[in-house]
Amino acid sequence: MKTAPRRHLRLPHLEADLWTGVLGVAAAYLAFCVLVWAYGESPRAMGALVLEGTWGSAYGIGQVLFKATPLLFTGLAVHVALRVGLFNVGAEGQVAVAGLAVGAIGAALPAHTPAVVALPLLVVVAALAGAVWAAPAGVLRAVVGAHEVIATILLNRVAEALVGLLLGLGLAQKGSVRTNEVAAGGRLSRLDRYVHAFSGSAASTAFFVAIVLLAVVLWVLPRTRAGREGELVAQNAEACRAEGISVRWRRAQAMLLSGAIAGLASLGTVLGYKGYFEQGLGAGAGFTGLAVAILGRGRWFGVVFAALLFGTLAQGGLAINAYVPAEAMEVIVGVVIVAVGLGDANLRRWLTEQLRAVVVRRTSGTVEAE
Amino acid sequence: MSAASSVLSLTMLAQTLRTAVPYVLASQGGAWSERSGVVNVALEGMMLSGGLASVAVAYGHGAIAGVAAALLTGALIGVLHATVTERGRIDAIVSGVAINIAAAGATRVLLRALYQSSSNSPSIEGFRGVVHGSGGASMLARVALDPMSVATVVAVAGTVALLRSTKLGLRVRASGEGPVAAAASGVPVVATRTLAVAIGGALAGLGGAALAFDQHQFQSGMSGGRGFIALAAVVLSGWRAGRAAALCVVFAALDALQVVLQGQARSLQDLVQMLRFVAALSALALFSRGRGRFWGGPPPAGLGTPAR
Repeated sequence: MKTAPRRHLRLPHLEADLWTGVLGVAAAYLAFCVLVWAYGESPRAMGALVLEGTWGSAYGIGQVLFKATPLLFTGLAVHVALRVGLFNVGAEGQVAVAGLAVGAIGAALPAHTPAVVALPLLVVVAALAGAVWAAPAGVLRAVVGAHEVIATILLNRVAEALVGLLLGLGLAQKGSVRTNEVAAGGRLSRLDRYVHAFSGSAASTAFFVAIVLLAVVLWVLPRTRAGREGELVAQNAEACRAEGISVRWRRAQAMLLSGAIAGLASLGTVLGYKGYFEQGLGAGAGFTGLAVAILGRGRWFGVVFAALLFGTLAQGGLAINAYVPAEAMEVIVGVVIVAVGLGDANLRRWLTEQLRAVVVRRTSGTVEAE
Repeated sequence: MSAASSVLSLTMLAQTLRTAVPYVLASQGGAWSERSGVVNVALEGMMLSGGLASVAVAYGHGAIAGVAAALLTGALIGVLHATVTERGRIDAIVSGVAINIAAAGATRVLLRALYQSSSNSPSIEGFRGVVHGSGGASMLARVALDPMSVATVVAVAGTVALLRSTKLGLRVRASGEGPVAAAASGVPVVATRTLAVAIGGALAGLGGAALAFDQHQFQSGMSGGRGFIALAAVVLSGWRAGRAAALCVVFAALDALQVVLQGQARSLQDLVQMLRFVAALSALALFSRGRGRFWGGPPPAGLGTPAR
């Protein structure tokens, strides 16, 4: 899991990607059937309900896109950290803190702030807030070597309490757990404004922002010095240190970028959907992001596919909630993570053995050149 | 009673010990698992599952059966975690996070299936207290005589003694320090790790049961990060069970503050709620640097290294 994808091994990776995708869907389907059956309902009937409630109508598709939007951000965020060998389990807290920051600052803007000012400002706020919340974990890892998993998990909990505290101390409307409305200029428009069929669904242009950001980040990272060195850090930190690469700085950098991207998830929740922040908005996106990153394997298509799959599960859960609790879908997320990990780890071992000779021959020159 | 005087009282001491029980049990579970070389982020999910299992069984069959169910559930999840990481070669953190997600979902599904509620179970009696009365002293006596407290003391003493001076303990530590060398000298590393994580899971499950019995019901998400704090305590203690337990009592004191300060301003409670996680985080920042010099110590050399 900690070895980052290597771009020069295209073909075998394509196979591995496909295999992972098939495995993920198969595991999700199997787990779904078992759970539904154990709950005393017919898997076939419930499966039909899920399909009908998601991909069966324009509204359903819109809802899937809406549910997938934060997952695209958090999945990319987890991947960016994973590239340098760090687990950002803290996307959950980064999403919450960024959401509160965007909600509070957006509400504080004058009502007639033009979009050209308000939108970029709020995007920067979201990214900054996410990065700030990831910073302690990155710094602790870089400076004192404290494990980032424990740090990010604890930060999640601090975020949860902090959000409650700040909302209670006056960021929320009196007697509620939500902020005031964000100034109109800061909102992202819903897709139903352009495509009438989406009418009623909460999908917003944030989905396309996420898709573009995903493409840009995945394209840029392997093409910049920072991105390439990060990849090497994941593979062998000792060797990087010996080569004079600042392992600490690359790790801290990746963690900050990861937090910033996670923070941008509030574009989909606050700016594209509610128009304000409320306690618990975007909860769960951080943890599911880990599943998206693992299933997506750092490929543009893979991450989009994974986000859509989990978006479908989330929306499908609501469609069958009257018969089977929607929380069953969380169990499926857990099963998919393990199943894909199992397939991935064992497939990777096989691949590594097969391709070691090729890797050595084709990289020995390039690594030194970099 | 003013905030200051309610903090410094027998009630506070009793509350601290009472809240410490689930933390300490989970930390001992973490110690078993991590000393054997398996990173255990899943303590949280184990506590949650153990808590629900204990309540579901105790509801019809009494408290002792409930405890047994919690131990068994925790152990089963432990076996799952160990099998997936050791035989399936998944990263233990990935497996742990997956278990936590699945446990959070599954407990809520089961709550709805069993009790038609997505938030809490009906109330159960738990263990009957022998001491009655509401003063600080009688509360302290009640906590001290509670079977769960006794079990906690036994668990700590047992964990320390077993890990330090038995053949099983030696094997567990050998699997954690050098899985390859241990395997070469004839220790069945995978089996040992599986057993250790199962024991750890049982203890974490018991921690969940203690929490649920204390509240006399199961609430969804009731572990509330205690498993993570217990894990932080294990790391901070330098992977030593006794010290991890002591640290847990410190964290529990922060938790108890919240209970003692009930009736004070809501935001003060939020602040205290935040404080224990901030405390764990700052302790992590302060003590990680001085590994081995002052308080902590190096992790088991083979922590996170698969045996095969």
